[in-house]
Amino acid sequence: MRDENRSWGSSGCGGRQEQEFDGVLTLSDKPVAADTRLSAADRLGGCMVRWGFGRERYRVAPGLYAVGKPDDRSVVLVTANYKLSFDLLRKELGGLDAWILVLDTHGINVWCAAGKGTFGAAELARRIRLSGLRDRVSHRKLILPQLSAPGVAAHKVKSETGFNVIYGPVRSRDIRPFLANGMKASAEMRSVTFNLRERLAVVPTELVEALKYSLILFALLALWDAVRGLSLRGLMAGGVPYLGALLTGTVAAPAFLPWIPPRSFALKGWLLGIAWALGIGLAHYDGPARLAGDLLLLPAISAFMALNFTGNTTFTSQSGVNREIRMFARPMAASGILGILVLMGRSIL
Amino acid sequence: MPMKYLRNVASLRIDAGKCIGCDICMSVCPHNVFELRASKAVIRDLDACMECGACRENCPVGAVEVQAGVGCANAIIRGMITGKVPQCGCESGPKPCG
Repeated sequence: MRDENRSWGSSGCGGRQEQEFDGVLTLSDKPVAADTRLSAADRLGGCMVRWGFGRERYRVAPGLYAVGKPDDRSVVLVTANYKLSFDLLRKELGGLDAWILVLDTHGINVWCAAGKGTFGAAELARRIRLSGLRDRVSHRKLILPQLSAPGVAAHKVKSETGFNVIYGPVRSRDIRPFLANGMKASAEMRSVTFNLRERLAVVPTELVEALKYSLILFALLALWDAVRGLSLRGLMAGGVPYLGALLTGTVAAPAFLPWIPPRSFALKGWLLGIAWALGIGLAHYDGPARLAGDLLLLPAISAFMALNFTGNTTFTSQSGVNREIRMFARPMAASGILGILVLMGRSIL
Repeated sequence: MPMKYLRNVASLRIDAGKCIGCDICMSVCPHNVFELRASKAVIRDLDACMECGACRENCPVGAVEVQAGVGCANAIIRGMITGKVPQCGCESGPKPCG
């Protein structure tokens, strides 16, 4: 760790002094060198947050970072201070000389922060001022990730800061071709997809969250079954249908999303849930009442979990989700409650 | 393959009278919803719209209208029950990280 006081020449007009600044993440507004190689710790951290662990603190200090040896003509790439956003950007910049301006989005990724307004013109203006960017670059261009657009009015940034906003590609891996192509993006670079890999990437957080809630549910079921004197083994076996319904809605529906006919997520979950209930119900057939109860409860669980997945997609609209809730919330609740009553009634009678 | 959600439900609208054909809405849209026809932006695929609001935010003349908001079903249901505006409690968020 070198002396933190070494900096980029005088803080006045950026000359061509190219002293290197050691990669210490401090809260000072002097540029910090950003490595373009991710360490094993970086990769592990990225993996952990995708499973929902440590997200609250996974951030970097906002401010100006230097990739390579940028000068006053180097491009300025803007991103959020969610560490995953920062890492995904810098790892694409090997061999380049560029500035990275990291905004304080409270550790939230670009797209979500833009939706909430934290990645916006106000924070952009503030960070430009605090970092002294005007003294570092002679041009007045900022390259923003396309997905920051919901939070940034480019014309307002221009009038408030004098900087022109250029929207770069959606994916950081397209930044190099974008820059090489004179800052032109192809239609493909401007499109957001939601393929199987991307869908599965957002499943773990929902799954972990759902499992936390189902532990409470299973505890209640355990209590009910314990009162009725069943064995733990019997209880575990009893948990399989519900766990299966949960996984059907949280994992299977997202995985098979485009191949399940209805456009409604609740219906997708419900259809898969019916298949699961029939499968498990017939495999462990225990009378028509049990089957009926399963067919009422399990698809309702699956439908609800699948409907929740709308919050994780890249293409569902709030208006659409509202319509789904209006149409399916009551039927799902009714079906679930009826199923529970049938199953409980069956074990009482 | 473009993923489609429910039919004819998106709140996106363009006021052709105000549109100046600057095409920034096309640059910021993540789902290729717009196209330029006779120097004006038009909606070519309403059902592909996810109401992210990027177009409305960046239109310099206010020609684009859309109701953007929190899309998490959980938050909406909670909002319905509590009577408050839906708040996404998302920390770092579920969408593909930028």
